[in-house]
Amino acid sequence: MRANVASYDVVAPETLAEALTLLADEPGVWTPMAGGTDLMVLFEAGKLPTGRYLSIHGLPELRGITVDDDAVTIGALTTYSEIRDHAVINADLPMLAQAARETGALAIQNRGTLGGNIANASPAADSPPALVAYGAELTLVSAAGTRTVPYRGFHTGYKQMDLRPGELIHSIRVPRRPASEGWVHFYRKVGTRAYQAISKVCFAACARLSDGGVAEVRVGFGSVAPTVLIASALEAALTGARLDDAGLEAAVAAAARHEVAAIDDIRSTARYRTQVSENLAVAFLHALRAGG
Amino acid sequence: MGKYVGQSVPRKEGVDKVTGRSLYVDDIVLDGMIHGITVRSSVPRGKILGVRFDPGVPWDEFVIVTAKDIPGRNVVAMLIEDQPFLADDVIRHPDEPVLLLAHPDKHVLAEAREHVHIDVEPLPAVFAIEDALRADTVLFGDDNVFKRFDVSKGDVDAAFARDDVVIVEGTYETGAQEQMYIEPMGMIAVAAPGQGVTVWGSLQCPYYVHKALKPLFDLPAEQVRVVQTVTGGGFGGKEEYPSIIAGHAALLSWKAGGVPVKLIYDRAEDLAATTKRHPSRTRHRTAVTRDGELVAMDVDFALDGGAYATLSAVVLSRGTIHACGPYRCPNARVVARAVATNHPPHGAFRGFGAPQSIFGLERHMDKIARTLGIAPEELRRRNLLATGDTTATSQVIEEAIDLGAMLDDALSQAGWAEKKAAFAAHNADPANTVKKGMGLATFFHGSGFTGSGEVYLASVVGIEAGPGGRCTVLAASTEIGQGTNTIFSQIAADALRLPYELVEVAQPDTARVPDSGPTVASRTTMVVGRLVQDAAESLIHTLRDAGLLGADYSAEQFAAAVDAYRERFGTLRVYSKYKQPPGIVWDDKHYRGAAYAAYGWAAYIAEVEVDTLTYAARVTDFVAVQDIGTLINPLLAAGQVEGGVAQAIGWAVYEGVDWRDGHMANNQMTNYIIPTAADVPPIRVYFHSVPFKYGPSGAKGVGELPMDGPAPAILNAIEDAIGVSLNRAPALPEDIMEAMLAASSQSEAHHG
Ligand SMILES: Cc1cc2nc3c(=O)[nH]c(=O)nc-3n(C[C@H](O)[C@H](O)[C@H](O)COP(=O)(O)OP(=O)(O)OC[C@H]3O[C@@H](n4cnc5c(N)ncnc54)[C@H](O)[C@@H]3O)c2cc1C
Repeated sequence: MRANVASYDVVAPETLAEALTLLADEPGVWTPMAGGTDLMVLFEAGKLPTGRYLSIHGLPELRGITVDDDAVTIGALTTYSEIRDHAVINADLPMLAQAARETGALAIQNRGTLGGNIANASPAADSPPALVAYGAELTLVSAAGTRTVPYRGFHTGYKQMDLRPGELIHSIRVPRRPASEGWVHFYRKVGTRAYQAISKVCFAACARLSDGGVAEVRVGFGSVAPTVLIASALEAALTGARLDDAGLEAAVAAAARHEVAAIDDIRSTARYRTQVSENLAVAFLHALRAGG
Repeated sequence: MGKYVGQSVPRKEGVDKVTGRSLYVDDIVLDGMIHGITVRSSVPRGKILGVRFDPGVPWDEFVIVTAKDIPGRNVVAMLIEDQPFLADDVIRHPDEPVLLLAHPDKHVLAEAREHVHIDVEPLPAVFAIEDALRADTVLFGDDNVFKRFDVSKGDVDAAFARDDVVIVEGTYETGAQEQMYIEPMGMIAVAAPGQGVTVWGSLQCPYYVHKALKPLFDLPAEQVRVVQTVTGGGFGGKEEYPSIIAGHAALLSWKAGGVPVKLIYDRAEDLAATTKRHPSRTRHRTAVTRDGELVAMDVDFALDGGAYATLSAVVLSRGTIHACGPYRCPNARVVARAVATNHPPHGAFRGFGAPQSIFGLERHMDKIARTLGIAPEELRRRNLLATGDTTATSQVIEEAIDLGAMLDDALSQAGWAEKKAAFAAHNADPANTVKKGMGLATFFHGSGFTGSGEVYLASVVGIEAGPGGRCTVLAASTEIGQGTNTIFSQIAADALRLPYELVEVAQPDTARVPDSGPTVASRTTMVVGRLVQDAAESLIHTLRDAGLLGADYSAEQFAAAVDAYRERFGTLRVYSKYKQPPGIVWDDKHYRGAAYAAYGWAAYIAEVEVDTLTYAARVTDFVAVQDIGTLINPLLAAGQVEGGVAQAIGWAVYEGVDWRDGHMANNQMTNYIIPTAADVPPIRVYFHSVPFKYGPSGAKGVGELPMDGPAPAILNAIEDAIGVSLNRAPALPEDIMEAMLAASSQSEAHHG
C-alpha cells in the first residue's frame, strides 16, 4: 500500500438528503465513493488524491432494481452480483447480465456498482457499451433537484461527463428489449483472460429485426476511443438494411474500422483493437442473419 | 515402500497456512523496528553524476545509506563478482538500487523516496540478444558474452554434407517470465558492528544469503545468521535476489546502530526489480533422413542475461544440455551463449534454461515432421532415446526407460487420433470461427545439479533426536510451498520406523542447520531426501551400536533408547553427506559425459481453441504423462505437475513483459496477465514410475519437468488449429493476429 490512510477523510452520511447537502455546501470538495473498487486501486498505487471522500455506499435511496412494463430501473449503487442474479435483466437485458458476469470476478461483483462504473468514466469499462446499445437514460440528483439525460452523449471526452458539481448518479433506466419483440442482443468482452481482465475491446449491439430487415439498431464499443463509443456509422450502415444484402458485410466492416479510434497502450495495439472491432461487427451481422 | 512414503499424507504446515497462523516476514514486528525503502535508477545505463535531496523533507529523521556506507565489499557474491549491492558509479539497468532510506513511518518513507533524485548521464543501452552479440556497444568483457558452452558429438559437418538428408532450419524465441510467487519479497535485519548480522526473510537458499552477507560486512561465517521465515512461493525467483534485499536491510540496520529494519517490496517493485526467466533465441539446423531419422543437430542457443552475470552461466548450462532433447542423434553441436544487456538481471525460474531450449527443439520437431510429411508423434517415436542410447553430451542412458510407452499412453489418454480427425473436419467449415488443434512434446529434465555440481556442493543433512524420541530434520532446504517439510518427514519417519507425527523439520536457520545446498534444480527430494534417509538410518545405527535399540522397536522403545543415549552422551545428532552415485563422469571442459545422475521423462499433449475473431488461444485439455521415479507423496507430485503446467500455460499464451527502455512497464497484476483458474483446463496427470536406484525409495525430481513441455505443445496445437506457425512464446492474441494476417496476405499474393 503506497498511500497514507491518515491523509484521507471519509464521511458516511445516512441519507441521500444529508449527502446532497454536504455536496452543495462545499462544492468541489467531496469525491463520492460507492463500492470503492476503482478508487481503492488508485489508493493502493499511491495515486488517489488526498482529501475528503463521501461514502455513499450506505444510502438506501440509491439501491435496488425496479421493473415496470417498459423499462428496468437500476439504482446507482446496484452491484454486479445483484444485476447478474436478476431474472428480468437476464431475460430482457441479457447484455447487462453478461457484462456483470464478466466484470472482474466474484469479489468485485459483490462490491462494484453500476453507478461507479459509469461515473469512473473509464473507456475500458464493460457495462457502458451495453448501456449505449440499450439506449439507457440516467437520472441525476443534486440539492437543486433531479434531471434525466440520455446515456448516449453523457460522456463528453476522456474522463469528462455531463455530471455537475454536487450531482450524483441516482439511477439508470433501461428500456426492456424482449426477444419476443424481435430484439437480438450481441455482447463480446475481449480481455486476454477469461476473468479479472480489463477489456482490450468490448462490443455491445442490440437490434430489432422485422421482415428480414433491421428496423432499429444501437451499438456501443469499449476500449477503442477516449470514451465509450457510440458506433453511429455502424448503426447507419445497418439501420433499414436488408439482411440478405450481399454488400452488407463490407459496409459493416468498413464502418467499424472507420469509426474506432484505437490506440497502442500497455494492454494492446491499435491494429489489434481495430481488427477485432471489425471482426465483431461482422460477427454481429452474422448473428442477425442467424436470427439472433 | 514404507508406511508413509507413497502416501498422500497431509502437509506438515498446511493447517497453519490455511488458518492464518503462519507468520510471513511482513507479519513479524520486532521492538523498535523501522522501515526501509530502496531508491533506484530510472535510466537503463549511464554514469551517476550525483544525488539530490529536495529541500522541505526532514532528512535528519532518516537513515540514509549509499555505497560509501558499506563496511565490506560492495559486491553480491555469486558466480562472478560483478553486481554491486548499491550502484556507485555506473548504472547498468533501469531498476538498479542506488540509495537506501529508513524511517519509523513507512508512509513518510514512500513520500520521501519521491524527493530523492539521481542525476545520471545516459549512455547507449542494449536490449536485444542479437544487438548484444553484435557487440557494437560493449557492456561486458569485449564481446558481451557472460558465458559460452560448446557441446560436440560425432561429425556434424560431415553429416550435413550427406546426400541422403533433408536439412530443416528454424528460429525460435521465448520471452521473459515473472515467477509471480504469491508473497512478494522482503527481509528484516538486525545488524551492528560488534554484534554481527541476522536476517529473517522470504527466501529459497539460506546459505546463498549467508555467502553474500559475509563479504558485504567483512564478517566471519559465525557472525552472520540467516533465518528463513514462512515463504509464499519462490519458483527460482527467491534464489538470488533475497541476498540483495537482506544486504540492504542489514546495511540500514548497521547504520542505524542495530535498530531492526524491515524492507518489504510491494508487487510493483517486486515485478520491476527482481529476476525473471531469461528471454531466449534458439536457431536449429537439422539433418534428417526422409524417413525421419535424425542425423545431425546444429543448435545455436542464446540467453539474455540482463545487466549482471548472476546465475546466467548455470541457467545457460542446463539449457545447453537439454537443447537436443530426449532424442537419439549421432551428430550434435550446440553453441550456447548468455549475453549482457541493460535489462535487470534475469535469473532462476523453474526449469532453469531447459524450458527455453526445449521450446525451440519441440517446435522444430513439428517443423521437421511437417517438412517430411510425417506425423509429429511418429517422427518423435522414431528418434526417442532408449536405455543404452547416448544423449547429446554422450551420456549413456542406463535407467530403464520407455518414453515410447509414455507417448502412446499420452496419445490414447488425449484421444489424439480421433480428435485430430474430428478437429480437421470442424476447422474446414468456415462457419466455425473457433478453430481447434492438438500438439505434443516429448522431453526430459535432469534432476539435481549438473555434472560434478553435487560433488562441489557436498550437501550435509542432520537429524537430531530429542526428549520423547521426537526427531528433527536439520537441513537448509526450504519449504516454499512445494512440500519439503512433508516429504522429508515422510522419508525420515519411514527410515526411523516412527510415526510421521514424531518427525519435524527445523526452521532453516544457518545458526542451527547444516548446508544441504540450495532449494533449486529439482534436487530437494532426490538428493537431499536421500541424505535425510541416510541420516535417519545412521541415527538408528548409532542407537543400536550403543546397545540401546533392538531389531524391532516401538515408538516408546525408541523414545526410551533416545532418552538413555542422551543421558549418557548428551545430544543425539547425526549427519549424512552427499556421495555421488557410481559411474557419474562429467568432463566440464568439453561438456561431455553424465550430465545428471537421473532424468525425469515426459510426453505432454495440449488441446487448444483459437478464436479467429479475437485471436485468443485457450488451452481446453491437457494430458501430462511422466516418469519421476517413485512417488513419495502422490498428491504433492500431481500438484507439482498441475502447477507447472498452469505456469507454462501462462508463459505460452498469456504472460508478456512489456519492456520499455529495459524497464518492465506492465509491473502490475492487472497488466501482466497470468492465467486464473478459469483459463486453465483440466490437467490430467499420469505417472509411469520407474524407481531410481539412488534416490530415496527410488524418487527423482519433479519440480521443473512440468514447466518444460507445455509451451511448445501449446504452440504446436495452435499451428494445428489455424495452420499458421508461431515461433515465439508467449503467443498473445496480438501475435496470433499478426501471424494470421501475414499468412493470409502471403497466400493472397500467391493466388492473386
Ligand atoms: C480487480 C478489479 C477488477 C475489475 N474488473 C473490471 C471489469 O472487468 N470491468 C469493468 O468495467 N470494471 C472493472 N473494475 C473496475 C470497477 O470495479 C468498476 O468500474 C466498478 O463498477 C466501480 O464501481 P464502484 O462502486 O466500486 O466505484 P468507486 O470506486 O466507488 O467509484 C468510482 C468513481 O465513480 C464515482 N462515483 C461512484 N458512484 C457514483 C455516483 N452514484 N454518482 C456520482 N459519482 C459516483 C466516484 O467518485 C469515483 O470517481 C475492476 C476493478 C478491480 C479492482
